[in-house]
Amino acid sequence: MAQKSFRQALNEALHFEMGRDPRVIMMGEDLTGGAGANGVKDAWGGPFGVTRGLLDAFGPERIRDTPISEAAFIGAAAGAALTGLRPIAEIMFVDFAGVCLDQIMNQAAKFRYMFGGRAKTPLVVRATYGAGSRSGSQHTQALYPIFTHIPGLKVVIPSTPYDAKGLLLQAIRDDDPVIFLEHKMLYDTVGEVPDGAYTIPFGEARVARDGKDVLIVAIGRMVQVAEEAARKLAAEGISACIIDPRTTSPLDEDTLLEFTETIGRVVIVDEANPRCGVAADISALLADKCFDALKAPIKLVTAPHSPVPYAPNLEDAYIPSADAVVKAATSIIKR
Amino acid sequence: MSALQLSHDELVNVYRTMRMIRRFEERVMQEMGTGDIPGNTHLYAGQEASAVGVCLQLRDDDYISSTHRGHGHSIAKGVDIDSMMAELFGRASGTCGGKGGSQHIADLRKGMLGANGIVAAGAPITCGAALSAKLLGTGQVAVAFAGDGAMNEGVMSESFNLAKIWMLPIIFVIEDNGFGEATANAHVSAGSFTRRAESYDIPTIEVDGTDVFSVYAAAGEAVERARAGGGPTMLHVHVPRYYGHYSGDPDTYRTPEEKAAMRRERDCLGNFRKRVKDVSLVETAELDAVDEEVEAAIDRAVSAARAAPFPPMSALTTDVYVKYL
Repeated sequence: MAQKSFRQALNEALHFEMGRDPRVIMMGEDLTGGAGANGVKDAWGGPFGVTRGLLDAFGPERIRDTPISEAAFIGAAAGAALTGLRPIAEIMFVDFAGVCLDQIMNQAAKFRYMFGGRAKTPLVVRATYGAGSRSGSQHTQALYPIFTHIPGLKVVIPSTPYDAKGLLLQAIRDDDPVIFLEHKMLYDTVGEVPDGAYTIPFGEARVARDGKDVLIVAIGRMVQVAEEAARKLAAEGISACIIDPRTTSPLDEDTLLEFTETIGRVVIVDEANPRCGVAADISALLADKCFDALKAPIKLVTAPHSPVPYAPNLEDAYIPSADAVVKAATSIIKR
Repeated sequence: MSALQLSHDELVNVYRTMRMIRRFEERVMQEMGTGDIPGNTHLYAGQEASAVGVCLQLRDDDYISSTHRGHGHSIAKGVDIDSMMAELFGRASGTCGGKGGSQHIADLRKGMLGANGIVAAGAPITCGAALSAKLLGTGQVAVAFAGDGAMNEGVMSESFNLAKIWMLPIIFVIEDNGFGEATANAHVSAGSFTRRAESYDIPTIEVDGTDVFSVYAAAGEAVERARAGGGPTMLHVHVPRYYGHYSGDPDTYRTPEEKAAMRRERDCLGNFRKRVKDVSLVETAELDAVDEEVEAAIDRAVSAARAAPFPPMSALTTDVYVKYL
């Protein structure tokens, strides 16, 4: 199977689905880069190169470079989804959801329910998230808990190139609004990605590594961190299992419960801030449903309750580390 | 514009729809007093000529979006009043199965994309509907109704810009009733609404919203431009708001004298009767008969709504998604 980057996997999914379904359109800021200028067309191929080549393949009617007006174009994407198109709207950094959350939270998420089941809103909002790029506090957050909290939205957080392609194709074909979050530090990661189209259903966790002593639940980029931790734990003779939920809404509760029942020791690693976060949510679920199977307290390894800092030493300390996961795992195994 | 440009039957229909909206709202206000309509509601009485004059220019499959004051737009676009009244009573037979209420009445079968609890939120959504029409080549147009209050939301300006750069088949209808909730527009709005739109090179028309014929003429120009690919138009429609901001608003910030004068001097129904009488197009007796017919229809809607069941408990968690798991 071909080795491809996370970025290329996403690009293939967009190319494939736009070619398959003429109702799919894209809008966002600098989707191409250079719109209206005299130089190179598609100069950027998107702020992170994910949308390169789409303009050439599908033209400016379907690949729409927007003004810097998130509220207007996310709202327009919601309205277009309500009336027959299947838009993919890109928020360059998920932090910018702050200026268009109304259209996501109050409008797109609620159309179907408020309108008595008569509406369909096949909208995908793609956005980058995550710390590690020395970009300060407003281009770096992991805001998926906010979206996961809102009924009517689905929230997808791929961790590998293979999942990125299959989950994005699923997202575009889904009839509900989907928030699709891409960690910008994952774009250059490489993995096996088939050339053809395939979909991965939402609400199906992936067992990223088998193990029997401790279960590590990891989200998005934290799957990499968990894998590094698992290697270190293996060197100490501890066998770690890793589960990647892949989607936080819907959440694959069955798989999480099944593995917790079997293993009995759980560490949850999450780059988001800890209060009312996904780690806390999963922890509450396991404590409620698997209390008798737990051999030790559930340990959460998350970012601190602070904004993302700029200084490299502080930002590195902000992001959950493999060593922190090892420490948490070891602490509950030695009990 | 002259009333003579409409046929006798069209004139009677215009009057019937305006009268239906007026009596619907008056009756809702009355029924609020019984406590049987949950919550609160925002009434459109006084503004009827705006919704009716605009929607008369629309095809059945054209889109509109509305404000939190959405009953009039819904009725004018052809949404069934029985299901609307049932929706207000929170019943299963309501337009949205009782799950939306006054503030979220929507009927996609009629191109009605929803009243909205968030001021100005309908503007970008309507841009999206206009984009659908444009890209799918359907020839539809989309109308975003908004109030004077919405003009001070940033997304309104963003939507003007987007509509113009994409040359969308859209009409922004700004219904200026002089108040954003309980605050006078003049206290919170700088400059001029039409100049704001004109700065985006969007053509504007200032309209007396108590004269349905003027609204109809202005909307006709705007709809024609949109359908011909000429892009957006903004109508600034001056309307009176007969009730307070919401049904429970005692409306003490307006003096009794000005409220009485408003109802006396700015009544689209009275204006209509006078206009058609002047040109002897419709007999007064015929309009009186319409009044009775409307009265009976409203009575039936209220009785049916009261008799209808509430939604089943299972509806609490259905239709959150098309499919979740």
